[in-house]
Amino acid sequence: MDKAFAARRRRDLMVAAGLVIIAALLPLFVRNVYIQNIMVLTLMYTALSQSWNILSGYCGQISLGHSLYFGLGAYTTALLFTKLGVLPWFGMLGGGIVSALIAMALGYPCFRLRGHYFVIATIVIAETTLLLFQNWEFAGAALGIDIPIRRDSWLTFQFARSKLPYFYFALALAAVAWFVTWWLEDSRWGYWWRAVKDNPDAAESLGVVVFNSKMGAAAVSAFLVAVGGSFYAQFVSYIDPDSVMGFQFSLLMALPAVLGGIGTLWGPMLGAVILIPLTELTRSYVGGSGRGVDLIVYGTLIVLISLVRPQGLVGLFAPRRKVAAP
Amino acid sequence: MTVLLETSGVTQRFAGLVANSDVSIAVSRGEIVGLIGPNGAGKSTLFNLIAGVMPPTQGAVVFDGEDVTRLPAAERCHRGIGRTFQVVKSFETMTVIDNVIVGALVRSNGMREARRKAHEVLEFCGLDARAEVPAGELVPSEKRRLEVARALATGPKLLLLDEVLTGLTPVEAQTGVELVRRVRETGVTVLMVEHVMEIVMPLVDRAIVLDLGKVLAEGRPAEVVRDPKVISAYLGDRHAVGA
Amino acid sequence: MTAETIIQSLASGLLMGLLYGLIAAGLALIFGLMDVVNFAHGEFLMIAMYATFFLFAFFALDPLLAAPLVAASLFVLGAMVYLLVVRFAMRAKANAGMVQIFSTFGLAIVMRGLAQYFFTPDYRSVTHSWLGGKTVSVAGVFLPEPQLVGALVSIAAFAALYFFIHRTDFGRALEATREDAGAVALVGIDKNRVFALGWGLGAALVGLAGAIMATFFYIYPDVGASFALIAYVTVALGGFGSVFGAFAGGIIVGLVEAATALALPPSLKSIGIYAVYLLVVFIRPRGLFGSI
Repeated sequence: MDKAFAARRRRDLMVAAGLVIIAALLPLFVRNVYIQNIMVLTLMYTALSQSWNILSGYCGQISLGHSLYFGLGAYTTALLFTKLGVLPWFGMLGGGIVSALIAMALGYPCFRLRGHYFVIATIVIAETTLLLFQNWEFAGAALGIDIPIRRDSWLTFQFARSKLPYFYFALALAAVAWFVTWWLEDSRWGYWWRAVKDNPDAAESLGVVVFNSKMGAAAVSAFLVAVGGSFYAQFVSYIDPDSVMGFQFSLLMALPAVLGGIGTLWGPMLGAVILIPLTELTRSYVGGSGRGVDLIVYGTLIVLISLVRPQGLVGLFAPRRKVAAP
Repeated sequence: MTVLLETSGVTQRFAGLVANSDVSIAVSRGEIVGLIGPNGAGKSTLFNLIAGVMPPTQGAVVFDGEDVTRLPAAERCHRGIGRTFQVVKSFETMTVIDNVIVGALVRSNGMREARRKAHEVLEFCGLDARAEVPAGELVPSEKRRLEVARALATGPKLLLLDEVLTGLTPVEAQTGVELVRRVRETGVTVLMVEHVMEIVMPLVDRAIVLDLGKVLAEGRPAEVVRDPKVISAYLGDRHAVGA
Repeated sequence: MTAETIIQSLASGLLMGLLYGLIAAGLALIFGLMDVVNFAHGEFLMIAMYATFFLFAFFALDPLLAAPLVAASLFVLGAMVYLLVVRFAMRAKANAGMVQIFSTFGLAIVMRGLAQYFFTPDYRSVTHSWLGGKTVSVAGVFLPEPQLVGALVSIAAFAALYFFIHRTDFGRALEATREDAGAVALVGIDKNRVFALGWGLGAALVGLAGAIMATFFYIYPDVGASFALIAYVTVALGGFGSVFGAFAGGIIVGLVEAATALALPPSLKSIGIYAVYLLVVFIRPRGLFGSI
């Protein structure tokens, strides 16, 4: 039944597997630590944007407060490790669960809000949490937490000498986020989410419980973003409220998906592969930090994509579908 | 014939305005019932009360032997009430087949089954050639058929059709009429709102006429159209526009 | 804490609130007109503050005298943003909601980047002006002059706006377009012209606020961000799109901020505003004065 559809799904999976293999081999050729760092960040933002895309792209609830879950992931891992000696692997899981629960608790009142009221509520909630963390003495307040480096080990997920373990973990994270999206896309949830995005009233009339669908999307999205935050905490080994919960993360999670194609399977990855190296390279070669050239570059990209190609760049790479009469 | 749907004393007020007042109607299994009446008669409100968009101010809705008055729309769909919208509400960015799959999920175990059902329904409605087209690209008459297909895919016992035949060309309307007949043949009960009597009268077994929020007349189409109360309600309406 | 301290802070809160209302007025005007949230609103404020600063630095023009000039330039900027960006963003067929948010958001990022590039990230200030650093005492309460004048300008601006919307042809066209953009096209009103003028007017209002703000606030590329969030909260409290709701919303925000600052450490002073926003929209999902 419907062979074309099954073939398309299989092809997506094979392309993804191929890309993971190619990416896994890249470090053999790229020895430059600076470039390796950009590669880690690109993979991390691929994963984050892929996760953001589940709630905001597929389900259509545009969140500009996802830095909250990123920060919660980072803080849960760092606090559990420094205060209780819990290994980061469990911290990662804990951070993900905490974030998913908080996302649902917040979703309870927020998902009644429509349009701009929702978007602004997400920003306000993230900013409020940021302020609270800046004043929370136990968690180091504005000074943050220094994660003590013991020795290079997979057990504590710390590597002072090499970027490669981080690279492979980020690759795995991006692959998992992609795979979860791929899997959900052709599940009940995937169809419910897109229906809710396009027309909640019609969805409700077809037996979709709109509120529950949004809650599911929020939980999955927050969980994956928090795992990304845990990873980031280990990667930079020092966190403070602004550096893991600042508004810039909410934006940097959203922009790759917007650029590549919001609500699409490949959009976030494509967007991240273009955007992150571009900003990092302009920052170091053209502007020097603080000169704002990176902002000008990606701001312009976002305006152009919004105006000229709102469905994102991803369609340019897709095989041509027979164009139907309008 | 047993009763499938019954409303008893349903009243709906909106900020002082009474849209439905003490409406009691019954629909039996296997019937095609037309709900007609001039503009502003309260047809759409009654429809929304039956579909569960909001609970009525007073009265009860009983479906398949159970009181569903306070149940939300999604739950009523699971119980077997499918509906279309007067102003079509397609999932514009999703393909036609994906639109129908959303409905088919209600009574499917797994995606394979939902997809298979959706294809069957599309074929039944004559939309299978357009399966892979985004719903936003359909022409208006196709969008109406998609509304019906989506609702049918939920496997309803009762199908509520809200002006699905209005605004179609005579040929398209005839295809629509055929489709409704075939739907009934599969065992689905149909309650349809139409504003224009000529289209529905030959199709329905029974007609219920609403006027000013109340049931004005009820019976076989041939009797209803001769009812003086109905004629004056419609004439009043039509002459106000046409004279 | 004495009664004087409380009265003193609430009085400054009220003044600041009136200024917040003025900042938010343009946002509410544009939203009411065409259902678009301008996510670059804070950057309009930032540009207005820099314009005031440079007029002061190069021509020794006092911010009070510069205000009309700044408002006029912001009018042009606002109209241009509509004509060059927003007009096209409104045509989007795919992902309309996303396009609306990210077209102006992208613009905000570009404007911030340009400010960093050309003006550097350094903090600037208008070092001396007629108002800066002075206070007046009213019945024992000390009021800072910049905020006092700002509040008066805000009240005057809202009065003028009221007159403008209800008494002039353009104002009526604005109201008519906001109620039914389709119908006005039939009576020969050019929708694009009304929208462009609406954006101009909205930006001019925030320009006015920026000129006053420059007398008592540091000026830097990111200055708009914090005020933008306050402006969104103000507008949402007032019920999106109601210009005079923004006036009331501004006063509430100013008072809540002052009250929070009395009760909590200064670093937490915005918490009160955010809490009030969440409380209000959770109870009334369309804002305090918004129609349901």
